[in-house]
Amino acid sequence: MSKKRNQRLMTPEILRQAVIGSFTKLDPRYMVKNPVMFVVESGCAVTLLLSVFPGIFGDAATGQLRAYNIIVCAVLFVTVLFANFAESVAEGRGKAQAASLKRTQKDTVAHLLAPDGSTRDVHSSQLKKGDLVLVSAGEIIPGDGEVVEGIASVDESAITGESAPVVRESGGDFCSVTGGTTVVSDWLKISITSDPGSSFLDRMIALVEGASRKKTPNEVALNTLLVSLTIIFLIVIVTLYPIGIYAGVRLQISTLVALAVCLIPTTIGGLLSAIGIAGMDRVTRFNVIAMSGKAVEACGDVDTMILDKTGTITYGNRLAADFFPVGGAETEELIRCAALTSLHDDTPEGKSTLELARRLGCSSTEPAGSIFVPFTAQTRMSGVDFPDGTRVRKGAAEAIEQYVRSQGGSVPADLRETVEKVSGLGGTPLTVCQDARILGVIYLKDTVKAGMAQRFERLRAIGIKTIMCTGDNPLTAATIAKEAGVDGFIAECKPEDKISVIKKEQAQGKIVAMTGDGTNDAPALAQANVGLAMNSGTTAAKEAANMVDLDSDPTKILEVVEIGKQLLITRGSLTTFSIANDIAKYFAIIPAMFMLAIPRLGVLNIMGLATPYSAILSALIFNALIIPCLIPLAVKGVRYRPMSSGRLLLRNMMIFGVGGVVTPFIGIKLIDLVIHPLLAVLGL
Amino acid sequence: MLQLILTMALYLLMVIPAGNYLYHIAAGKHTFADPVFDRVDGFLYRLCGVDPQRPMNWRQYALTLLGANASMMLLGYLVLRLQAVPLLNPNGVGAMGRSLSLNTIISFMTNTNLQHYAGETGLSYLSQMLVITFMMFVSAGSGYAACMAFIRGLAGQTGENVGSFYADLIRITTRVLLPFSMLGGLVLVWQGVPQTLSGNVVVDTIEGARQVIAMGPVASLEIIKHIGTNGGGFLGANSATPIENPTILTNLIELYAMMLLPGACVITFGKMVRSRKGRGLTARCFGMEGRTVFAAMGILFVIGLALCFWAESKGNPLLASAGLSQSMGSMEGKEVRFGIAQSAMFTTATTSFTTGSVNNMHDTLTPLGGLVPLLHMMLNVVFGGKGVGLMNMIVYAILAVFLCGLMIGRTPEYLGKKIEGREMKLTALCIIIHPLLILAFTAVAVGTSGGLAGVSNPGFHGLSQILYEYASSAANNGSGFEGLADNSLFWNLTTGAAMFLGRYVSIFLQLAIAGSLMKKPFVSDSAGSLHTDTPAFPIILVAVVYIFAALTFFPVLALGPIAEHLTLFA
Repeated sequence: MSKKRNQRLMTPEILRQAVIGSFTKLDPRYMVKNPVMFVVESGCAVTLLLSVFPGIFGDAATGQLRAYNIIVCAVLFVTVLFANFAESVAEGRGKAQAASLKRTQKDTVAHLLAPDGSTRDVHSSQLKKGDLVLVSAGEIIPGDGEVVEGIASVDESAITGESAPVVRESGGDFCSVTGGTTVVSDWLKISITSDPGSSFLDRMIALVEGASRKKTPNEVALNTLLVSLTIIFLIVIVTLYPIGIYAGVRLQISTLVALAVCLIPTTIGGLLSAIGIAGMDRVTRFNVIAMSGKAVEACGDVDTMILDKTGTITYGNRLAADFFPVGGAETEELIRCAALTSLHDDTPEGKSTLELARRLGCSSTEPAGSIFVPFTAQTRMSGVDFPDGTRVRKGAAEAIEQYVRSQGGSVPADLRETVEKVSGLGGTPLTVCQDARILGVIYLKDTVKAGMAQRFERLRAIGIKTIMCTGDNPLTAATIAKEAGVDGFIAECKPEDKISVIKKEQAQGKIVAMTGDGTNDAPALAQANVGLAMNSGTTAAKEAANMVDLDSDPTKILEVVEIGKQLLITRGSLTTFSIANDIAKYFAIIPAMFMLAIPRLGVLNIMGLATPYSAILSALIFNALIIPCLIPLAVKGVRYRPMSSGRLLLRNMMIFGVGGVVTPFIGIKLIDLVIHPLLAVLGL
Repeated sequence: MLQLILTMALYLLMVIPAGNYLYHIAAGKHTFADPVFDRVDGFLYRLCGVDPQRPMNWRQYALTLLGANASMMLLGYLVLRLQAVPLLNPNGVGAMGRSLSLNTIISFMTNTNLQHYAGETGLSYLSQMLVITFMMFVSAGSGYAACMAFIRGLAGQTGENVGSFYADLIRITTRVLLPFSMLGGLVLVWQGVPQTLSGNVVVDTIEGARQVIAMGPVASLEIIKHIGTNGGGFLGANSATPIENPTILTNLIELYAMMLLPGACVITFGKMVRSRKGRGLTARCFGMEGRTVFAAMGILFVIGLALCFWAESKGNPLLASAGLSQSMGSMEGKEVRFGIAQSAMFTTATTSFTTGSVNNMHDTLTPLGGLVPLLHMMLNVVFGGKGVGLMNMIVYAILAVFLCGLMIGRTPEYLGKKIEGREMKLTALCIIIHPLLILAFTAVAVGTSGGLAGVSNPGFHGLSQILYEYASSAANNGSGFEGLADNSLFWNLTTGAAMFLGRYVSIFLQLAIAGSLMKKPFVSDSAGSLHTDTPAFPIILVAVVYIFAALTFFPVLALGPIAEHLTLFA
């Protein structure tokens, strides 16, 4: 379950499902939900009737007309199939995604705790909200819950793809666990927080499968537009019949049906739901669960982002910046030991310590046979045991002090002072010891993540303001803010401050996005228009947010915003394209309809289409073929590059507006060249 | 050509101060004439028992407008039916028939001024003054009032209050329509337009024939006919006759009178709604958003004018082959004192600004020349009459914003308000109603004996006649293609219905849009927002109007004027 999940548009399985789906969706009761395509299906039914009884509506019945009606009927049928196919492909991709999620939802055995303290083994699917379960090292957590007792490291890679285990303990912001993850060390007593079938994973599966998809507000508005266009063109077609008769042209019913289908926005009508499903799918592929499509849409409108400093903008106090020896120890010795403790330490702290040590000229390697002691929640330190019995450790000051004292060592007088100095600089101190002797302190400094400044620059270009929240003092906050290039910051920020800044921004009509993980963040997440909670965060935070990031990577909000924009752009671009197509279709069909009765109208046949039948059918076939041609675009989304709104509009208008006018002229002409000889064989 | 450019340049110079003045009136700001008008208005408020400060929400406003117009219709209907009484009736005109009275009263109350009668024989002086001239004031006032309420809604700074209909109607009448009409009317009288209560003059002509020359209170009607974009002539031949429009000077006055206020409404809009600060000259004159709308309307107008002028200048090949020189252009049905340029200008203006007065016979325009007035009534957004055109254009702007907003990845917003499902529904209805009225009634007319009986010139031209009649009705334009024998039960009732629905349904829906938008909070503006004050947006807006409105009518236009043109120039 990494971010690089299957990105291919189509697999044989999706294709198979989609083909079946295109036929099962022909059910009129289903089709009526999509009025544009329902009109096409109705047209198909009418022409089917006309294929059997060509003269039923008073047209002069000839064999030629029958053949023509049959072709129109067939093309309409294929048009509907293509639209259904598009929707099925999008659903299929979602389902494939869901299937891979389901595999992680293994049925496990849970040790249900009875009130008397005894345990009973039950199936995880039988767990209800409020049940208490015991999970020991090596076991899979049977359901979403909160830790009520114990502390353990948990491997959440099944959900997040992040391989490093995380610590979960009762109380505080790290008490939430997700079903399907594995306890690596120690044990946990967990209170289950979701009933069967409504866990995060279940919800996620339902969303990507498209089962619980509701039309978003913008989709509803766009649908209104499409339906009204359909109504307008139906008025045009229905009234054209008597008006044509007055002008001396008796129009064939199937031609009127063909014109109607060409003019109504079938392209976007056929692709609209596919775009919506695919948009949700893109978010999910990004390992973010959106609670609704509405939330994804709102992302496109975000004006202000409230970002936590630590974890989002900076790595937090996790990168070594300096070494401070204490108790008369040599700096070289401190560096050497610090490097030794970090040789196998994959955490940012460890890696950066090693890196800094190497930079300062330390090249020590561990003797063979030494054992790495990883960090655990209990010991709060890590280090190496050498074959000769020497042990080096680094860890939190109190933990190391305790460790040294337990071995009969003493704590140097200047340790406290040094630790406080580092804290005063806004950093985190990490104490290093060799056996019972404390050597000194590693200064872990807050460092802005690489590339953040550029990303904020990009956000500024698309009009999004960033506000950094931090508990630091104003001076430190200002330094980081300047370095990262955010637009504003709130120092010494309390959770209430977040809410008030969100409310202030919203009062100015701005759409606010924020990320958060702690219970303290829950009200702010609920207040924000887009709240992205970290999966590692508390249940309260996740409930309050409208999106949950399974990777617990706060910077993802930036990408999610772009996905939201992309969704809207795809919708708008294909609508514009669909409507712009009408111009060419008019020029194909109108002269074809009237040319026999009013030969002079042939001047309007600017594409030089061979015969009236060929012209009408070419337009109709183009109208059908454009749907599958655009499926990749609908499913993958129109590419979005951050730029000013004016340039973006111009660019998309040129591609989809002007392109939408020109493309069908070329397409219809090409189709005409191909089908004209074929039609001639049929005598049309 | 130079003549047309100068005419339009002069128009731009006049419309800016007029727009500024209208803005001050709509926004209740101070004007130089307040000391006089405040007293007049105060007296009228007391007389009518109206509290001008009482707020109305959009629904109350629309219903008040409808109620006021309905009661005026009832009174007007009675006057027309009883006009035979010898009161201000020197020419002894008889009562008007039932269906014709109904048609006439709807026609004038809805600012359409479609005339299925000839003024010289159909109306007494009393009716001309009490019904026709009176309604020309109040229907124009009602339209402007609706537009002001609409703009206040879009500006969205007054809660649910869109203003008081009574106050708007009175202020617009006393401060704009009446003073402008008095000044203009006097100039018309100076140029020879009659203003008298004495009866028709009978003269012996040089050929020895006796001719009746129609007289009456013409000038007072003539000026409000244009200022209020009404268009109904005192006489059957409207502004083509020397009685109504004797000189090139009166022609220009009438032209500018009808173009002035619809353009000014756009400026009022630009100054009232929320927009970014613009520093340029045009931004200051029109307002940033007003400039966009004005530019889009201007582009549509110039395209139409150019096509009409070009088509008319080319002349008629049939007449050329009959030996008549077409070097002056197609002069059939045109007045020599106006020529091709001023005729094309007047034709395009009267249909764009939905006035409906004519200084030449539209029936005898060349097919493409005749397509322009027809098309502009079908679009109904090229400035349009009495503020209604602005409201229609805003509906298209909402549509354009919807598409453009999505294309830059934001849910759509216009003038700082989000466009959502409800607004789209209302917008969709607004856009459906116009083609529905025109096409459905045309289909009925060509399919029934009652409709076909009126057609004087069957074939493609006959279709143009029918289309024109309903387009003119639905757009509340009122110009006639003429040549249609339209005073029959069928034509009186169907055009009456088209005028009524075209007017009130649209106003109701548009006020609903404004009412819905004004309740929404403003969204903030940023570099990522869609900006509608850029040079690109008017072009997009024009494209949207052409694609949505013009394409709808393309099939019927192909069968009508386009087929006729291609046949004529075969």
